[in-house]
Amino acid sequence: MYSTTYHRPSTVEEAVALFAKGSDAKYLAGGHTLLPVMKQRLTAPSDVIDIARIPALIGIEASADTLTIKAATTYVDIVNSADVKRTIPAIAHLTSVVGDPAVRARGTIGGSVATNDPSADYPAAVLALNATIKTNKRSIAAEDFFKGLFATALDENEIITAISFPIPAKAGYSKMRNPASRFALTGVFVVQTKSGEIRVAATGASQNGVMRVPAIEAALKANWSASALDGVKISDEGLMADIHGSSDYRANLIKVMAQRAVTAAG
Amino acid sequence: MGVEGIGASVVRKEDRRFITGKGRYVDDIKVQGMTFAHFVRSPHAHAKVKGIDATAAKKMPGVVDVLTGQQIVDDKIGNLICGWAVHSKDGSAMKMGAWPAMAPETVRFVGQAVAVVIAETKNQARDAAEAVVVDYEELPSAHHISMAIAPGAPQLHPEAPGNIVYDWEIGDEAAVKDAFSKAANVVSFELVNNRLVPNAMEPRAALAEYNEAEEHFTLYTTSQNPHVARLVLSAFYNVAPENKLRVVAPDVGGGFGSKIFIYPEEMVALWASKKVRRPVKWTGDRNEAFLTDAHGRDHISKAEMAFDKDNKILGLRVKTHANFGAYMSLFSSSVPTYLYATLLSGQYNIPAIHAEVIGVYTNSTPVDAYRGAGRPEACYLLERLMETAARQLKVDPAELRRKNFITSFPHQTPVIMAYDVGDFGASLDAAMKAADYAGFPARKAKAKSEGKLRGMGMSCYIEACGIAPSKAVGSLGAGVGLWESAEVRVNPVGTIEILTGSHSHGQGHETTFAQLVADRLGIPISQVSIVHGDTDKVQFGMGTYGSRSAAVGMSAIFKAMEKVESKAKKIAAHLLEASEGDIVIENGEFKVTGTDKSIALPMVALAAYTAHNLPDGMEPGLKEGAFYDPTNFTFPAGSYICELEVDPGTGKTSFVNFVAVDDFGRLINPMIVEGQVHGGLVQGIGQAILEAAVYDDTGQLVTASFMDYAMPRADDVPSFKLSHTTTLCPGNPLGVKGCGEAGAIGASAAVINAITDAIGNNKLEMPATPDRVWHAIPGNA
Ligand SMILES: Cc1cc2nc3c(=O)[nH]c(=O)nc-3n(C[C@H](O)[C@H](O)[C@H](O)COP(=O)(O)OP(=O)(O)OC[C@H]3O[C@@H](n4cnc5c(N)ncnc54)[C@H](O)[C@@H]3O)c2cc1C
Repeated sequence: MYSTTYHRPSTVEEAVALFAKGSDAKYLAGGHTLLPVMKQRLTAPSDVIDIARIPALIGIEASADTLTIKAATTYVDIVNSADVKRTIPAIAHLTSVVGDPAVRARGTIGGSVATNDPSADYPAAVLALNATIKTNKRSIAAEDFFKGLFATALDENEIITAISFPIPAKAGYSKMRNPASRFALTGVFVVQTKSGEIRVAATGASQNGVMRVPAIEAALKANWSASALDGVKISDEGLMADIHGSSDYRANLIKVMAQRAVTAAG
Repeated sequence: MGVEGIGASVVRKEDRRFITGKGRYVDDIKVQGMTFAHFVRSPHAHAKVKGIDATAAKKMPGVVDVLTGQQIVDDKIGNLICGWAVHSKDGSAMKMGAWPAMAPETVRFVGQAVAVVIAETKNQARDAAEAVVVDYEELPSAHHISMAIAPGAPQLHPEAPGNIVYDWEIGDEAAVKDAFSKAANVVSFELVNNRLVPNAMEPRAALAEYNEAEEHFTLYTTSQNPHVARLVLSAFYNVAPENKLRVVAPDVGGGFGSKIFIYPEEMVALWASKKVRRPVKWTGDRNEAFLTDAHGRDHISKAEMAFDKDNKILGLRVKTHANFGAYMSLFSSSVPTYLYATLLSGQYNIPAIHAEVIGVYTNSTPVDAYRGAGRPEACYLLERLMETAARQLKVDPAELRRKNFITSFPHQTPVIMAYDVGDFGASLDAAMKAADYAGFPARKAKAKSEGKLRGMGMSCYIEACGIAPSKAVGSLGAGVGLWESAEVRVNPVGTIEILTGSHSHGQGHETTFAQLVADRLGIPISQVSIVHGDTDKVQFGMGTYGSRSAAVGMSAIFKAMEKVESKAKKIAAHLLEASEGDIVIENGEFKVTGTDKSIALPMVALAAYTAHNLPDGMEPGLKEGAFYDPTNFTFPAGSYICELEVDPGTGKTSFVNFVAVDDFGRLINPMIVEGQVHGGLVQGIGQAILEAAVYDDTGQLVTASFMDYAMPRADDVPSFKLSHTTTLCPGNPLGVKGCGEAGAIGASAAVINAITDAIGNNKLEMPATPDRVWHAIPGNA
């Protein structure tokens, strides 16, 4: 009932072909979302297709305008990447506060973005930086990619191959960790693009997953400084509430984390 | 004492096997023909079990059998017992409902077992368990004290009307009333002591083997007290007579109290091994640990303290509701009564105390002793009350405490305990010095200028350990004596085995107990082995909990050593042609004082066993046993001071400093003591700011995994500043008091007192999560 067949393809095409053959196949990357769920028997794929070792899915490239992180690159490689630290240090910082060392050793950016956990860190960076999600079929803009809790624009068999981040003028991330899981109780990613656009995304806060925060964007557009947000009031409507944080607390965190992210961005 | 004797920080002997992965835990043990058990558990907090259909499950691959609660009843296996009789005010006995190992009729908490699948592999058992169809009729449930005592609340057990197990009291109500009538000031306070999940690193496990030809059972299990397990399984559960049941608790990965008790799963494994005539193994997973290991704490209390015009305490009045969960676990009844209310005098001279404790059944996991057991609840209540009083009376909290300290010993409190010795002022002085108490206002002001809220809080705890004088606990309702046993076997070539009824599951007994022997004989600890945890090897003993293994367990070894030494001296004197009184033991040699004549221990041992040349009439051999029953509890005490900062933007607490000054009497191994204090402090801090077992409205445990239950991690806690003051315990030959629970007892109040000081609001419950603290900051709510 719960047995599964493990595959280790060496190309994306092979992976997609294997996926088509399985009755209820799933891709596996770092396994830090999929395996715990399988262990709890909440999902039981017929085939597990391990894409974490496909060479075409691993690596980091930086040009003058774009940082591209391939989907199966692990967190630890992202944290240690000189290209990431040089071009978008906020991504290196964000990655360094994901989970714990064991999670960072295996977890992948593609797995995180594909999962779209409402408390995950990467979706905030992807949305705020207006990144492009590249798949084996197409390119998807961040705005069109996240579709609410654990839902994305991906087709069932579609594989994220890379995420391309436009290199901003300034960016910063600040996160209040959930004391138990260490996911984001609320995390805010702030960006000033090279063309001067302000984009702010919050994760861990909304009942609909990662979201832009227009009130903060407007205040920062007028004045890029932490103190510019002093008077901003974030409504708690539509925000999550659980044993770790009520919705008004999360509303407060959106502002406070945004302020700290601006300070970190410089 | 020598380099490995008492007082030496010897590296732990057992760590080599633990850190190289060579420990042998229950789940590591494999026997021929072993099967695996998986329990079918209730998804409901309260429901009638209308039927169980295992037809499909029994046909699944690898399934050996599916057994149900009704079969356990039919086989006349006894219900789980509670071993401490506590009587209500009106003299009536505890009102207890039956707790069958698997529920035949009614389930009363989420996770309660109704059936068990036995299969060839673990996964086959798990697969088949999903195919067992249980027909439940859901009933309204009450998981919280307030829900269970409300008018019209669902009734859990017919035996306990209104879900009240007992309504108990201690102390002198009239004297307290009188004290309050004379009071210049009264300070009152309501507080919650949050429910915790113990979370030992190793989940519970059992491997049961039945030998049909011998009609003999062997149970390997995760127990802190294998003899007590055997006693209860034999005497009350009718599984097998004692001589036909061997209980082995091999390496056990932590207990914190949760492995004292005999649980349904261990019992069922034993019973099932005979039913299916195959060895049966059950290893709990983490989710089962969250749902079924006895939880800790869970009190709601109201406390009032009366002061005279000089701020001297006149009286204390406490009313506590204690949540027992759905069933009365083995020692549950004693925890909020004799282990809690008897400590309500704390370190203070309180002329009159009256405490009422109402034990309540709820639709939740049973609650029992967890590190500190009752004493953390007492300390938390009293030390928050003292801090509250200091703030209300506008006096320095240290001075208020000092003014009320007990300073002469022995001291009889109004709540049973007679403190033998202590110097509370000394530990408070040392703690204030180490914490730079005087410099705090300046640091607070500086932090304020940097936008941080800094606070300092203290907690002066006392606990009753070295559990316990048998006659005294017997008179209070305990079903057992709480002495300890030891046997010292000197082997023919002079190496030594100590057989102890204590059980080590993280405490380091294999080292500290050997240090006692090394100290007395002047031999290296490598020549001494500690044997424990196996009822076939070791004489009856009471196990490890309540910080008793040094004070009680080692005292038994001490007594047995005295007997061995006395006999060995006689043999040495005989061989050396000296008088017995002139023999001294030094560096492993028996010497004739004032001469150069001596004989080494191995030669004495060999002489004892060859028996060729022993004093007339002496029996061969060199082996002695002893039982030691303490004359009193021991009373470790100390002062903890915590300094921290609260981030006003997030409510997050960061520790600046944590000072712990403890008086444990004599330290056998200071390094191990330090480790015990560290662990305890982390659990106390965990309770204060992180941990809570939370149920939702339907009685589902929301915090049933580490994704929601916040266990402290290394970066959640500070580096601790530890030191000791010492008054030797007069009650036992070693002068030791016990150190296992202190940290967990004293830490929480210090932390909460510091946070409430930082934010300037005393209304704050544990765990003080960032969310709660942020809301408590004035202006944020
Ligand atoms: C203890 C713990 C703490 C954690 N803390 C955090 C935290 O603080 N912040 C945070 O953001 N996350 C956290 N996580 C989640 C972690 O980041 C996961 O690793 C991540 O969500 C999933 O990535 P993965 O590579 O492990 O994916 P997997 O578990 O292998 O896969 C997850 C899902 O994504 C799909 N998938 C994977 N790769 C691709 C791809 N390239 N294209 C399409 N679909 C794909 C899989 O099919 C699967 O359905 C934590 C996890 C754990 C266990």
